[in-house]
Amino acid sequence: MTTEIVATNQTILVVGGGISGMTAAIEAAECGKQVILLEKNPSIGGRVAQLYKYFPKLCFPTCGMEINTRRIKMNRNVRVVTMAEVTKVTGKKGDYSVEINISPRYVNENCTACGDCSNAVSGEFANEHNYGLNKRKGAYLPFAMAYPQRYVLDPAMIGTDDAAKAKEACKYNAIDLEMQAQTLQLKVGAIIWATGWQPYDANKIRPYAYDRNPNVITSVELERMMDPFGPTGGKILRPSDGKEAKDIAFIQCAGSRDHNYLKHCSRICCMASLKQTTYLRERYGNEGKATVYYIDIRAIDRFEDFYLKVRKDDNINFIKSKVANITLDKETGNPVLNGVNTEGYHRYSNPHELVVLAVGMQPSVDFANLSIDISVNEHGFIEADEESGMFAAGCAADALDVNRAVQSATASTLRAIQVINQLSAAEA
Amino acid sequence: MTATEKYRNNFLQEVIANVEEGEWVRMCMQCGVCSGSCPLGPHWEHPPQEIFMMIRANKRQEVLSSSSMWYCTSCYNCIARCPRGLPITHIMHGLAHYGRKLGVAPKELPTIKFSMLFWENLVQKGRVNELKLGLRLYFMNGFMNGIKTALKMQKIGLGMFLTKRMTPMEMLGGHGCKDAKGLQAILKKAQQIEDAKTVKQG
Repeated sequence: MTTEIVATNQTILVVGGGISGMTAAIEAAECGKQVILLEKNPSIGGRVAQLYKYFPKLCFPTCGMEINTRRIKMNRNVRVVTMAEVTKVTGKKGDYSVEINISPRYVNENCTACGDCSNAVSGEFANEHNYGLNKRKGAYLPFAMAYPQRYVLDPAMIGTDDAAKAKEACKYNAIDLEMQAQTLQLKVGAIIWATGWQPYDANKIRPYAYDRNPNVITSVELERMMDPFGPTGGKILRPSDGKEAKDIAFIQCAGSRDHNYLKHCSRICCMASLKQTTYLRERYGNEGKATVYYIDIRAIDRFEDFYLKVRKDDNINFIKSKVANITLDKETGNPVLNGVNTEGYHRYSNPHELVVLAVGMQPSVDFANLSIDISVNEHGFIEADEESGMFAAGCAADALDVNRAVQSATASTLRAIQVINQLSAAEA
Repeated sequence: MTATEKYRNNFLQEVIANVEEGEWVRMCMQCGVCSGSCPLGPHWEHPPQEIFMMIRANKRQEVLSSSSMWYCTSCYNCIARCPRGLPITHIMHGLAHYGRKLGVAPKELPTIKFSMLFWENLVQKGRVNELKLGLRLYFMNGFMNGIKTALKMQKIGLGMFLTKRMTPMEMLGGHGCKDAKGLQAILKKAQQIEDAKTVKQG
């Protein structure tokens, strides 16, 4: 089976199916343009699908994602291609040739997402959607809201008994173990790079003992723990002993604003941590206690209100200090934070039940080392280029929160549409 | 005092002009990771990030006469962790040196005494004479203390002699570089240049 995709130089290619890519694709499509949306994972949704709540309204991303997914599903102008990666781009504005590599999913469109294949297999793998906090089967749906609603077979399963069992269990003849990777050549007029971000590797921040102390976790992991269908069923459990953590420390700028790690301010982490402090009250009422260790709180413009609201809560403490290091209290398993409170120069060694590192945001694609003609700044984010027909949307362009990523995506869509319109005007 | 008193950062300007690596003081963002990382942190008067704030707050006398900079053991933990890349260890040494040059550094600190003994020992021959330096250190705090320390250390001294790490012959002159006189002339000249560079500020 091969995938047939029709593309011309009137087509806009959107690379990345997170919130920015989805927005860019929908908006271009709803303006009547032909759009191809590529996603390297088996489902679109990206990092936003992994969040429990958004700030500042504290509503659930699943709600907004569902609306967007539906808009994509309803629109004939968008073609979504999952498990696809761009390997080469040549040409110029209005006339790009793109080489795409599509990995085999081993499940075709007959799939009804019944789950029989998953029940039939026994092999388990780390669950990427939950940052490896739990395991998933070798035949799996990436997450409950996945789009397309279609199972995937882990490539490591192919050739094993498990794969045969999965095929046997499928009543709809949806499993195709012979599926091969394929390479496609597309012609497109404009490209929107919405390749998004990845959390900074917390292991690189050696003094914070992320790899040595199980009770030091990252902010993205806490988001997964809060999900009622997540790895801990919505409870904040300490990885070391599975006890509920009610006294949680948040360390800001974990990897950001630091010339040893990421030089830039990741911009979202202050608000993300402030948001996460509200989870404690949500789960434990008056029993939850949060302590935020910060250099300065960057709750910009209207987010100030959110910050002031959090600051009023007596159960949430703020300590102005970049934590020097984290040691371990062997008896309780508590991480102990050491440093100096710079408001008054008080030295502290504070034990907490759980430590959440507000990890920084870095571009998920290293464009500087790809053979694509695109310029990036010193932090790896894509620079705007007036002459080019390639545009960055969302976190490929800068460290942005969801709101600003969507704004950035809309802006790139408009630029891409202009390229296409100029082209058709010239050809007419 | 006038209603619109000028923001006084004369001392910061002085530090930038006269202290080695002093221009970096402006870059400190007061995160406190240096103070938290310092192994001697609990023992000294002002940790680095506090010193930097004091410089900006024009606390000239307090900073230069402080013993804090003299506690630095050059472990470089602060430099390794500073998010802005400040050469904190070097700034500390620069401040210590500047305070001593102006004659306001505390007199009775063992680290200052050691530094001076080391320097005097070094410039005589252009090489450190470990035997003489060691003995002078023993007697740094009085004659009786010196005898006590010498007795306590005699085994180590003997061991060093037997493994040819130190010889009593060093007492008689000792080894040196080829042209000790020339070296002393160079150092003298350097001192003159250094003194001329120091910007006088009040």
